[in-house]
Amino acid sequence: MTDHAHALHPPTTTGLDNRKVAIWTFIGSECLFFASLISTYLVYKGRDTRGPTPDEILQIPLVTFGTALLLFSSLFVVLALNGAQSGNRKRLILWLGMTIVCGLFFVGMQVYEFQHFVHEGLKMQTNLFGASFYTLTGFHGTHVTIGVIWLITVFITALRGKLPPERALNLEIAALYWHFVDVVWIVIFPVVYLMK
Amino acid sequence: MDSHAAAPQGHEDAAHAHPGPGLYVKIGIVLFVLTGLEVAAYEIAHRPGALGAFLKPIVVPVLLLLSAFKFALVAMFYMHLKQDSKLLSGLFVFPLIIATVVIVSLIALFIYHYTYQRGML
Repeated sequence: MTDHAHALHPPTTTGLDNRKVAIWTFIGSECLFFASLISTYLVYKGRDTRGPTPDEILQIPLVTFGTALLLFSSLFVVLALNGAQSGNRKRLILWLGMTIVCGLFFVGMQVYEFQHFVHEGLKMQTNLFGASFYTLTGFHGTHVTIGVIWLITVFITALRGKLPPERALNLEIAALYWHFVDVVWIVIFPVVYLMK
Repeated sequence: MDSHAAAPQGHEDAAHAHPGPGLYVKIGIVLFVLTGLEVAAYEIAHRPGALGAFLKPIVVPVLLLLSAFKFALVAMFYMHLKQDSKLLSGLFVFPLIIATVVIVSLIALFIYHYTYQRGML
């Protein structure tokens, strides 16, 4: 069977590729997962009996840089997808590589931030802020890490020349997950860092 | 059945009517500017002065509005919900509504709980 025949799947009742419906269903369930974490953070906000509090510890410039990286990575991955769909391998590899670099920098930023906070005396068990902050941003960071690993596998596939336009959906699904990770951060950034 | 359902599946399905790189870059610039506005609103609201005093009471709604706008731009253009099947929009928007209700309900519940604890009700 040819690559093209593999990429074309049997007709579905919705007329949509099942993998695309599956990733959107997964993303929908993830909305509820992050809603529970965000609401937990919000209901415990300002209930600490001891510090460090958000006002004392959160750093806006560093996280703004991380936010910009994630926003740029969303732009880069959609440009990579455009390259994949139009058969432009050079554009696909360049922008997908840039997306991965941005993702790695974001994870690095978060690791540095966590280390700094622990050094400043904020641990999971320190107070309600510590517990809810590390849980929320930690789960988001885990999602980013999974996204980076996923994109690296797609990048290797593209490097090996096994991502022709017929298989661009493989990148589109990974890109949808990556965009979701970005939109979650679009909510977390103002809620945690700017409304402290 | 809509036009998407009738379309052949495979890359044709994925590539239909997606915007070009020009629009993606424009959206990227708008997102970057909106993030700058968020940080500027935060900084101004936390500084002394007439502008800071004006912005402080409305900074939270302003930040939420900017955040919602950014969220919608990414979902509509980068995630292609504007062009893709309405079924996919439904799969995303319906849980999103439930998620919003969960957040608002929990906040309301805990505000009531803490107020009741302090004997104010």
